[in-house]
Amino acid sequence: MFYREAGQYKTSYAADMAVFPIRQDRIGIAVILAVAFVGIPLFASDFLLTSIMIPFLIFALATIGLNILTGYCGQLSLGTGAFMGVGAYACYKLTSYFPDTNILVWIVASGFFSAAVGVVFGLPSLRIKGFYLAVATLAAQFFLEWAFIRIPWLYNANASGAIEVASRTGFGITLTGPAAGALPRYFAVLAIVVVMTWIASNLLRGRIGRSFMMIRDMDIAAELIGVRPLHTKLLAFAVSSFYCGVAGAMMVFFWLGAAEPSAFSINLSFQILFMVILGGLGSLIGCFMGAAFIWILPVVIRMVPEVLGLSVEAATVEHVNFVIVGALIIAILIVEPHGLARMWQILKQKLRVWPFPY
Amino acid sequence: METLYLVLIDPFVQMVQAPDFFLQVLWEGFVSGVLYALIALGFVLIFKASGVLNFAQGIMVVFAALSLVGLTALGVPALLSLVLCIGIMFVLAVGVERMVLRPLVNQPDIILFMATIGLTYFLIGLGELIFGGEPKTMVTEQLLLPTGSSDLDVMGGFLILQHIDIAAAVIAIVMVAALGFFFSKTRIGRALRAVADDHQAALSVGISLNQIWVIVWFAAGIVALVTGIMWGARSDVSFALQIVAFKALPVIILGGLTSIPGAIVGGLVIGIGEKLGEIYWGPLVGGGIESWLAYIIALAFLLVRPQGLFGERIIERI
Repeated sequence: MFYREAGQYKTSYAADMAVFPIRQDRIGIAVILAVAFVGIPLFASDFLLTSIMIPFLIFALATIGLNILTGYCGQLSLGTGAFMGVGAYACYKLTSYFPDTNILVWIVASGFFSAAVGVVFGLPSLRIKGFYLAVATLAAQFFLEWAFIRIPWLYNANASGAIEVASRTGFGITLTGPAAGALPRYFAVLAIVVVMTWIASNLLRGRIGRSFMMIRDMDIAAELIGVRPLHTKLLAFAVSSFYCGVAGAMMVFFWLGAAEPSAFSINLSFQILFMVILGGLGSLIGCFMGAAFIWILPVVIRMVPEVLGLSVEAATVEHVNFVIVGALIIAILIVEPHGLARMWQILKQKLRVWPFPY
Repeated sequence: METLYLVLIDPFVQMVQAPDFFLQVLWEGFVSGVLYALIALGFVLIFKASGVLNFAQGIMVVFAALSLVGLTALGVPALLSLVLCIGIMFVLAVGVERMVLRPLVNQPDIILFMATIGLTYFLIGLGELIFGGEPKTMVTEQLLLPTGSSDLDVMGGFLILQHIDIAAAVIAIVMVAALGFFFSKTRIGRALRAVADDHQAALSVGISLNQIWVIVWFAAGIVALVTGIMWGARSDVSFALQIVAFKALPVIILGGLTSIPGAIVGGLVIGIGEKLGEIYWGPLVGGGIESWLAYIIALAFLLVRPQGLFGERIIERI
C-alpha cells in the first residue's frame, strides 16, 4: 500500500533505465539528500558532525570500495586498511609538493595511486582463489604497513613518524588542518561520497559491473563466454582500491587530522569487512547501512552509562563494547546472513502488500 | 652489481663464516616454526571437519592461557587448573556449536568466517573483562615444565638451547603423533575424516554432525591450550599473543588448508624462512621484515601450487 509501483508506467527507455525507476524511491532519496545537505548542517552540533557523520560517510565510501571487490567480483580481500593508507600517504605527499592546489583535487587524485598499488597486489588473484587469496591480500596489508613505518620519505621524515595535515584550501575555503570548521569538512566529504556513490551505482549496473558479477558467480563459465578474467579482476581491484584510497585520504584529511601507520592496521580492514558483510554483499545501500551500524553502535554504547548516570570505568565500557558488538555480529549473521540490505528489501515487500499478508 | 652481491652472495658468506650463529638462527626458526605449526593445527582441525576458517583460533589460545593463569592466581593448584581449563575449552566448544555453528549450517564460507571474527571480538571483550588487559606470567614451574638453558659446543662456537623450547618441540611432536593416531585409528577419528570428505554422505551413514563439531572444536581448544602454555612460557600471556594467529594463516595456506602434515611442514618453512630472512636479508631494507616475509614466502609457494603444498588438487567444473 505504501510502496506500490502499480500504475507507474514507463513511456521511454530512459525512464526504464533510471537509477531509481520507482517514484517512492525517488522521493525517498530526495528526502535523504535534503536531510544530509540541509537538515543536518542546520541543526547538528559539531560533535554529531565530526564524530558521527563524517566518519560514517568516509567508512561508507570505503565499504563501497570493498563491496565492489568482494560483493560484486567475489574476491575476498583483507588489505582494505592498507589501501586506504596508500590513499592517505599519496594525498599527503601530493599536497606537500603542491600546497596551493585545491585539496579536493589531490584527495581524488590519491585514489589513482591506491588503484595502482591495488592492481599490483591483485595480480595473485589470477591464480589463487577464496581464502587462499584472502591470505595473499594480507601480504599487501602487512607489507604496506611496514612501508609506512620504514620509508621516511612517505611521511616527510617527521620526527613523530606520523602524517600531520596542514591547512589546505579548496574553492577559497579552509578545508583541512586545525583551523577548518566542521561544516566545510562535512560538505566536502558529503559531496565526494554522493558523487562517487552515484558513479559506482552506474558502473555496477553497466557492462563492467555485470562482468564483475559474472566472474563472481563462476569465473570459468564467464571466461568461456568472453569475459577476460585478467582484465576484469584487475579492474575490480583497481576500482575498489580507488574508492578505498579516496576514503583513506578523506579519513586523514577531513576527520583525524593526523595519522600514524597503526591507523591503517589490519583492524581497520576487518572493520570495513564487517560493514560489508553486515550491510549485505553486493548492495550499495547495504554499504551505508553496514557503516552506520558498525560505526554508530559503539558510540551509542559508550554513551549509555553516562545517560543512565552509572559510573563505569572507560576500559570496562570498551570491553563490554567488544562483547556486545561481537555477539551482535553473530546474531545478525544468524538472523539474516544476507545482511541489513536484505532486511530492508523484506521490509519494502511488507510495506508493498500491507495490510495483506501477500 | 653491488646490490646483487649484497642480496645473493653476502648472506651466504655470513652463514659460512659463523656457523654457530647460523645454527642458533636455525634453531630459533625451528622452535617458532613448531609453535606456528601448533596454531595452524588448530585451524586445520576445524577446517577439515566443518569447512570453517576459524579466525578465533588465535584468541582461543589467549583465552585458554589466560584462564590457566587466572585460575592459578586464585590459588587453584596449577595441575588442577589445567584440568579445569580443559573443561572450559569443552564448554566453549559446546557453546560455539550450539550458538554459532548450528544456526549457521549451510551458509556460505565467508559468512561462517565472519561469524568466527565476531566470536573473536566477543572473546577479546570477555577475556579483558574477566582477566584484565595487562600481561601476565605463565605458571611454567608449577606445570612441571623445564626452565633454564644449556649451551652446546658446536663448530667452534656454542648453541644456546632454552629448555622450554626443547619441551615445546617434544610436546608438539607428541601432539601431532597423537592427533595422527586419533584420526587414523579410532572410531571417532574415522567419523571425522568422513565428515571432512563429504558432509551429506557422512550424515546419511548415521554420523552426527553436531557431535563431530563439538569434538573438533574441543580438540582445537586443547591444541589452543597447549599452544597458549608454550607461547606464554616463552613470552608473556597477553592479548598481543593473538597476532600469532595472523602468522598461522600463511602457514596453513602454504601447507594446504586440509592437511595436518602440511601444517607442520608449512610451520617449519615459515618459521625458519622468516628468521633467516630477518637476520641475513633484513638489514638490507632496514629490518622489521618479519612482519610480512611469511606472507611473501607463502605467496611465492602459492603461485606455483595454488592449493598449497599438501592440499587436495582443486578441480573445477562448470
